[in-house]
Amino acid sequence: MGIRSKNKAAAPAPRIPGQRAEPIFQKSLVLSAMAIVVLLAAIFVSLLIHSFPSVRAFGLTFFFSKTWNPVSKEFGALPFLVGTLLTSFLSLLICLPFSLAISIFLGEYFREGPLASFLKNVTELLAGIPSVIYGFWGLFVLVPIVRKVEMKLGIAPYGVGIFTASLILSVMIIPYAASIGREVISLVPSDIKEAAYSLGATRQEVITKVMLPYARSGIMAGILLALGRALGETMAVTMVIGNSNFLPLSIFSPGNTMASVIANEFTEATGKLYLSSLIEIGLLLFLVTMVINIIGRHIIKKVSIEV
Amino acid sequence: MDRERIQMRIARDRAFKGLVVLLSFLSIVPLFLILFYILENGLSSLSWEFLIELPKPVGEAGGGIANAIVGSFLLVIIASLPAVPIGITAGVYLSEHKRGKLSYLVRLAVEVLQGTPSIVVGIIAYLWLVISTGGFSALSGGIALGIMMLPVIVRTTEETLKLIPDTLKEASLALGVPYYRTILKVILPAGFSGIATGILISVARIAGETAPLLFTAFGNAFMNVNIIKPVNALPLLIYNYATSPYPEWHSVAWGASCVLVGLVLTLNVVTRIMARRWKIQF
Repeated sequence: MGIRSKNKAAAPAPRIPGQRAEPIFQKSLVLSAMAIVVLLAAIFVSLLIHSFPSVRAFGLTFFFSKTWNPVSKEFGALPFLVGTLLTSFLSLLICLPFSLAISIFLGEYFREGPLASFLKNVTELLAGIPSVIYGFWGLFVLVPIVRKVEMKLGIAPYGVGIFTASLILSVMIIPYAASIGREVISLVPSDIKEAAYSLGATRQEVITKVMLPYARSGIMAGILLALGRALGETMAVTMVIGNSNFLPLSIFSPGNTMASVIANEFTEATGKLYLSSLIEIGLLLFLVTMVINIIGRHIIKKVSIEV
Repeated sequence: MDRERIQMRIARDRAFKGLVVLLSFLSIVPLFLILFYILENGLSSLSWEFLIELPKPVGEAGGGIANAIVGSFLLVIIASLPAVPIGITAGVYLSEHKRGKLSYLVRLAVEVLQGTPSIVVGIIAYLWLVISTGGFSALSGGIALGIMMLPVIVRTTEETLKLIPDTLKEASLALGVPYYRTILKVILPAGFSGIATGILISVARIAGETAPLLFTAFGNAFMNVNIIKPVNALPLLIYNYATSPYPEWHSVAWGASCVLVGLVLTLNVVTRIMARRWKIQF
């Protein structure tokens, strides 16, 4: 900015290169930066406006009613909230030991070398596979397997359901939790590790009693960001969860998540109230993932500044 | 007594390492299972005709996915047209204004946009474009994908430009080159490869997206290049055919999966190599 004003002050003749282009250029930088903020605000406002009919009709009961009936125009989102919470937390539970193992593997045991770069590249490829492919594979491979297991256990053999969706989801979110976990574990300062070793601790003791507690908040942040992914994941879940609009009775029963009910019913939604109820679910999804992402990234920033 | 305890600890140490290695490798097994299954089922339907023919109705053998391939390319182009210039200029703004209220807000907005579920982006494109233009269209699908590209491009541009030494800019300014020409002719060319990688990364991210297209691009059984008409895309075709009850369509979906996974993984590998070469973090 300073350079520009000096240029102007020293301008002896009216014709100086960039006299007109300069302010246009500066303005277009500011405008496109502002465009991104405006875009986000507009997304929020549009969701808010379009979910208004449903907010006015149902108020808070929208989140506590378990009836979702487009015919009688009763819309309660409880089955989807429960379905989303169940699938997300179940998938986090499954993902946790695996992503921690990868974090420790890449952050401590094998920091460099062919084995490390192989594992790192492959987990990154895992993150790159489109969600619809996971769903397709889950539908044709995982669902029959789960169905057999359910028959052995003596429960209704749907195959599809909350449990199957959580399995697929956990595979999809492992790379996210692992990449942040690896980073924070490799950032643990070596003097505290060496201090533990000099007291005679084994490597396992150093990892579980010194490194993991030290990296705790960063690992938490990774799990939060993975949770954000799991909450919003649509296609893979939609294809294997069974799409039932009733409150799930067990983790093996078919259900629906907030994202999957939108994916399933949005194009068929006739009537303002129906559409606006689906949009309200979308608004809730947007707000929840926003809060989770902001908290997660805030923790990561704090951790990497401290270290 | 002491000896026993130490042996216990050593044994636990070894068991722990074994467990870590085992779990790490178990978690990448699904990738190989998925790739194997797709190749096993998809390769047989792959052929030249598969890539250049249109889908056939149920019951007829053969048919291809040309409409979905063309549609996917069309969508990526529509998405890039607004997202690339806005993303790059916003990235330049962020790297030129490291502090400040607007920079803080933009960074926050980019983070939130990046975490926004793709299905919500689909709803937005529906509300903004499908309702106002009166129908599903390639345009609305492309814009939905563009919104998803934007945060990736902004971040990679900012990260790339951060790595360019200030001396380069100062040298140019000292020669009397105006600020805007310094950015356009010195800074951006110096960061070109990084920015190009960022664009490829964002394309890799959206090429497999289905959720934002469900109620925007919608899908189309015929070839279409009209941007205000519905258009098919590879992930949409896979979703529609995979969830259909017809075995013929399933095998088309496997073939399409081969094409899509091949495309996306190639993009991923290429960008990874480029990113390593130009030392960009994302």
